[in-house]
Amino acid sequence: MENMLYVSSSPHIRSEVTTQRLMLDVIIALIPAAFAGIYFFGLRAALLIAVTVISSVVFEYLIRKMLKRNTTIGDLSAVVTGLILALNLPSTLPVWMAVVGSFFAIVIVKQLFGGLGYNFVNPALAARAFLIVSYGARMTSWTPPLTVANDIDALSYATPLGALKEGGQLPNLLDMFIGNIGGSLGETSALALIVGGIYLLVRGVITWHIPVIYIGTVGLLAWIIGPDGIFTGNPLFHILAGGLMLGAIFMATDYTTSPMTKKGVVIYAIGCGVLTMLFRLYTNMPEGVSYAILLMNVSVPIIDRCTKPARFGGKAHV
Amino acid sequence: MKFQGFRGGVHPPQAKNTMECATVRMGIPEKVIIPMQQHIGALCQTMVKKGDTVKVGQVIGNSDAYVSVPIHSSVSGTVTAVSERIISGSNPVVCIEIKPDGLQEVSEDVKPPVVDSKESFIKAIRDSGLTGLGGAGFPTHVKLNPPKDAKIDTLIINGAECEPYITSDYRECMENTENIVEGIKNVLRWTGIPKAMIGIEDNKPEAIKKLKKAVENIDNISVHGLKTLYPQGAEKMLIKTLTGREVPPGKLPSHVGCLVMNVASVAFVAEYLKTGMPLIKKRVTVDGSSVKTPMNIEVLIGTPVGEVFKFSGGFVSEPAKIIMGGPMMGISLYSDEIPVMKYTNALLALNEKDGKIPEENVCIRCGRCVSVCPMNLLPFDIDRLVKANQYDDLDKYNVMDCIECGCCAYTCPAKRMLTQSIRLGKDALRRKAKK
Repeated sequence: MENMLYVSSSPHIRSEVTTQRLMLDVIIALIPAAFAGIYFFGLRAALLIAVTVISSVVFEYLIRKMLKRNTTIGDLSAVVTGLILALNLPSTLPVWMAVVGSFFAIVIVKQLFGGLGYNFVNPALAARAFLIVSYGARMTSWTPPLTVANDIDALSYATPLGALKEGGQLPNLLDMFIGNIGGSLGETSALALIVGGIYLLVRGVITWHIPVIYIGTVGLLAWIIGPDGIFTGNPLFHILAGGLMLGAIFMATDYTTSPMTKKGVVIYAIGCGVLTMLFRLYTNMPEGVSYAILLMNVSVPIIDRCTKPARFGGKAHV
Repeated sequence: MKFQGFRGGVHPPQAKNTMECATVRMGIPEKVIIPMQQHIGALCQTMVKKGDTVKVGQVIGNSDAYVSVPIHSSVSGTVTAVSERIISGSNPVVCIEIKPDGLQEVSEDVKPPVVDSKESFIKAIRDSGLTGLGGAGFPTHVKLNPPKDAKIDTLIINGAECEPYITSDYRECMENTENIVEGIKNVLRWTGIPKAMIGIEDNKPEAIKKLKKAVENIDNISVHGLKTLYPQGAEKMLIKTLTGREVPPGKLPSHVGCLVMNVASVAFVAEYLKTGMPLIKKRVTVDGSSVKTPMNIEVLIGTPVGEVFKFSGGFVSEPAKIIMGGPMMGISLYSDEIPVMKYTNALLALNEKDGKIPEENVCIRCGRCVSVCPMNLLPFDIDRLVKANQYDDLDKYNVMDCIECGCCAYTCPAKRMLTQSIRLGKDALRRKAKK
């Protein structure tokens, strides 16, 4: 034996899955939604995506340098945060506001709490909430998709949920499914988001539990609490409207801010669904996905504590 | 009978490259090194000194302690050294080094034992030097003699062989089928256990078929194909899969009426009762990315692993890591001078790419470690506490339940040393309990 041997405690083999590969998969899964956003809202959408992704990575690099910590941009998590943030923005948002959003997500929410794995809420969602509070008017100015006739007054165009709340014309379900409606640039096309979600399921990045239970809870409540009394609601409208698909597939499933056990995940996903519908139906906000997920994010430590798996052999036997 | 299976588990690459490699017998090595502890329990005292001549099957180490087994010479020759060496772990163990004379003269003590009662059977098993051949090395005679209040109703024969690479138990099933069945009959007869169940993972259909055929006229022995899922062969998981029973924390299988033996162990019992030749050889799978010709080799206990690799045809690339046992639970060796021992079932040599230790990244709380843990632990939490030296908080996490199967660390995308942290935690708790 000429060389020294590695000596370590078992196991000696590791799975192929790495943090970086998981993040890359999320990025790949978001590409259909990003392209749908560009298709429906034009190059302005592409600009916002580029700006948030680049600024997120730059902020991550700079803050780690300032905090004298190792560089972590290689794990691609900053790219994911930037991309998800962009998809949550209206395509008309001024570029500098998008940069402020990236700063809030990466520096305040993620790195000041310790970086990847330590943030207690989803950074992109927290940044979106921050932008809505700070620049409410610009964050809720929707333009019609390029595919819709351009004679409508651009700044008063409503999202489906906005129309529901204000009593406007509701779009048909097919337009809502393919994304031919108003909204944040990456949330409108359920089709593109589902394609990405299936990719994540096939790659084993996420399990079906959170998206299916979350969306199922929203559909069930929408059906039960209908406009004309009990069991008269249209579940498909609520499922396809707003940010539910984006939230349920890509944001509620964020590892760091979701529970560690299957039981916990079920509670968390039902909670997200119930809160979403409460916000949509009983507050003066048209949409509730962001706040629902943020509230469930902060409940995760309690959920984790209450859902420890039962001890093997803990029950009496024989 | 409903097969319930266990929760969690992982699917590492099976790499059973040597399934069709019939066992090749390796000759007498240039020297053998026989450690005085190859089992769980008390260390053996040396019975020979430097310069003594020994014969095959002669007892060269023994202990008065109940939880211990004698150690026999695997060769005839001259004792050239009795000295302490580091084998694995950090504690030196007394080892007897013997230079074989090449004659393989058999000791006069080697003769079939007289067995006419449970007591004489258990004594014979102790004299045979048998320890669990599956890898843990627990003395078999202790297992066969459970506490009086334990009512054993099922003998479970472990042929799961869930670790990647290893096929030595599979070859046992294929090449030594009759002895497996005969050994089971012997154990059932002398212990009074009413029935036996053989469990084999369903990635070995030929072994299942062959054993099913061998027991088709025997009412109280059944063969069961098990889902291929690591760690199916772990004692607690195997019992759960075959009987639905969960061994309570800190208890032995006898607590739930089960006794688990490896296929190679029962086959050895049959052979020993016929010949009286104690445990001096082992079937070992040699494989890994650095090995030129993966194969199954019958090796004399005490043969330095380097000689075994040489016999197999050597390396295609300089090995970066040498493992005794499987890649999930085996022990990595610091030298190729370490000998094959009773519990050795595989020798793996991994190249730089497979052997290097990956860099640890931060936990992203993906939950994979929790979902794969067959013992329902929270490895990420234990890891966090251990790394922060918060040993006092460990009590609530059932750390001692860990079977060290390695699923958590295997599956971790951040490549965290989760199993390794849990071992540290267990050690800290053991030391705390001693105080």
